[in-house]
Amino acid sequence: MVNMSGAEALVKALEKEGVKHIFGIPGGATLPIYDVLYDSDIRHILVRHEQAAAHAADGYARVSGRPGVCFATSGPGATNLVTGITNAYMDSVPIVAFTGQVPTSWIGKDAFQEADIVGITTPITKHNFQVQKASDIPRTVKIAFYIATSGRPGPVLVDLPKDIQIDHAEMEFDDEISLRGYKPTYEPHPIQVRRAAELLANAEKPMIIAGGGVIASNASEELIRLSEKILAPVATTLMGKGAIPEDHPLALGQLGMHGTLAANKLILEADVLLCVGMRFSDRTTGDPKKFCPDAKIIHVDIDSSEIDKNIKCYLPIVGDAKLTLHAINEALNVVLKEKRTEWMRKVKEFKAQWESSVKEGFTPPYLMKVLREILPKDAIVATEVGQNQMWAALYFKSYLPRTFVSSGGLGTMGFGFPAAIGAKVARPDRVVVDIAGDGSFMMNYPNLACAVSENVPVIIIVLNNSVLGMVAQWQRLFYGRRYSQVHLGGVPDFVKLAEAHGAQGLRAETVEEFRKAVKQAIESDVVTVIDVPISPEENVFPMIPAGKSYEDMIMEGS
Amino acid sequence: MERQTHIISALVEHKPGVLYSVSNMFRRRAFNIESITVGPAEQKDIARMTIVVNADERILEQVVKQLNKLIDVIKVSVLDPAASVIREMVLVKIHTPNSNVRSDVINYVNVFRGRVVDIAPDSLIVEITGDPDKINAFIDLVRNFGIKELARTGVTALSRGLKSVRI
Repeated sequence: MVNMSGAEALVKALEKEGVKHIFGIPGGATLPIYDVLYDSDIRHILVRHEQAAAHAADGYARVSGRPGVCFATSGPGATNLVTGITNAYMDSVPIVAFTGQVPTSWIGKDAFQEADIVGITTPITKHNFQVQKASDIPRTVKIAFYIATSGRPGPVLVDLPKDIQIDHAEMEFDDEISLRGYKPTYEPHPIQVRRAAELLANAEKPMIIAGGGVIASNASEELIRLSEKILAPVATTLMGKGAIPEDHPLALGQLGMHGTLAANKLILEADVLLCVGMRFSDRTTGDPKKFCPDAKIIHVDIDSSEIDKNIKCYLPIVGDAKLTLHAINEALNVVLKEKRTEWMRKVKEFKAQWESSVKEGFTPPYLMKVLREILPKDAIVATEVGQNQMWAALYFKSYLPRTFVSSGGLGTMGFGFPAAIGAKVARPDRVVVDIAGDGSFMMNYPNLACAVSENVPVIIIVLNNSVLGMVAQWQRLFYGRRYSQVHLGGVPDFVKLAEAHGAQGLRAETVEEFRKAVKQAIESDVVTVIDVPISPEENVFPMIPAGKSYEDMIMEGS
Repeated sequence: MERQTHIISALVEHKPGVLYSVSNMFRRRAFNIESITVGPAEQKDIARMTIVVNADERILEQVVKQLNKLIDVIKVSVLDPAASVIREMVLVKIHTPNSNVRSDVINYVNVFRGRVVDIAPDSLIVEITGDPDKINAFIDLVRNFGIKELARTGVTALSRGLKSVRI
């Protein structure tokens, strides 16, 4: 037992959790905490809007596998976190958000900068707390980190009224906690594992779909081993990108609404689908009634509520992706009856057809290929949301897990840049690039000031078509080219914008200039914005229109 | 799949905010609650929620899983109606303008094994306890007299005998 203030207990508890970085902005209701942080070794990164604090914590967690931490003051500080917390919730990312709150005696009285952030974040957090007395702080922090990082990861919010930050109490720092209402299942059921192994061994055309759970549980090695063992090609969801190196002969790339030709064609033929750590989002399934009606689906997920939520499966396995893939590998000690030569021929054929579809030229798909050639193998790529994101997902090959950071479930424009800042803080040794569109980048670009002043040298590549590209694409394809409110008008000048913030601004209007600019950005190791003017008429293909099925895939514009 | 009424018994942490997180989950996932009752359970830091939902098997399974996913929900069971005691209480204030109506109402109350708990010059308050069907039947019966006010508690229930929802 140690006597200290609530704020001191909070910082000590964070240090005990191994927290090295916090993203945030101080305010009236967090002054006592920031006074203690003044003397702490924890590095605080001052963002320019709380949304960026949550996204940075999110990017930090995705690339490091460690929980990201963000701070905001009460009221508007806290509500500004909401989009970022929802983003982390949809993509199952472990972040812990701390918010200041008005003193307990003022709660419920509409005090200055009061917002019911616990009420607001209940549907968008894995769990949340409002601490009622100072002595509860150490245990609450411990539980918050435990909940955020265990089972299916997710965001946790801890609301701290100002008076309990100031109050002194005898603090007890326990190492052990147990929650009677929360016991995640990690070990898969052995009978289900055996049945899965048998199904896969006897399949004629097995296929694996790897989702974000494979990344979250660090199961890449087990995934690759299994796919090679049973000769099953692997498609990934947006969240699973990087689970298998995308130059692997069995890697098909992304599946779904904007899936690769190889993934979207082969899934129509597969007879057994092993779906690991994924949740059958509408972007992956299209019309759920028509999703692979003839295939036997094995669904592995750590969250039992995902089983049969969107797609009814043939064989459910509740468990951790890594442990389950390992167990299936162990159970598969039989030699395959056939070599699946016909299936492997098809995989090869569709992959080749997809690879050859990218033609040389100053187009986003080709620029993604060029970027891949220049960036080191372990570089981290974050994306914004929209066309830029889908070009990156389709054409930029990821070779390692935790090197592709993208807003999957929520589709948050403005996510990529702050997430890249978080990623670079977590991995200063890596090259970190945000593949952006002009619309998305403009949602959070004031954080250029953060990146420059905190010396976080990320590279932002703005695929600048002066339109909200994905909305324009839908208006072009489905609304008779009636372009409603999508033209952004070509301002600002991103080179000057970068320079105004003390960053490096470059422009690339040819493939050669693009190559040169990216190299210069990497070598100079300063915050760099590369403005890449592209045609507003570019579409992202392939595409399955919303609510349609894999048979309805469009390959190119008419 | 056919929708029918199911009774879910859940043990939850007895602390502020838990009812909100449960009802919020129902709203967010577009599940309908027919009724919900909450009160302290056998242990003082645990509350029991009895939730009635109208759902098909697939939705019911989701409701149970989503409830289980909430950190403050400790245990969830779907009760078997044949092996459970299911009770609801209703208070009905019935318009009784004269002694004929009053004695008719009192006769019905006796048949339903209810009680008259308040008498005023032109009304009675009646308490009836039973399963929801019994309560519906009584309400239908007295509706013609004129119901001035009505309050139902919602269903509460326990499994019979050895079967228990305990931690």
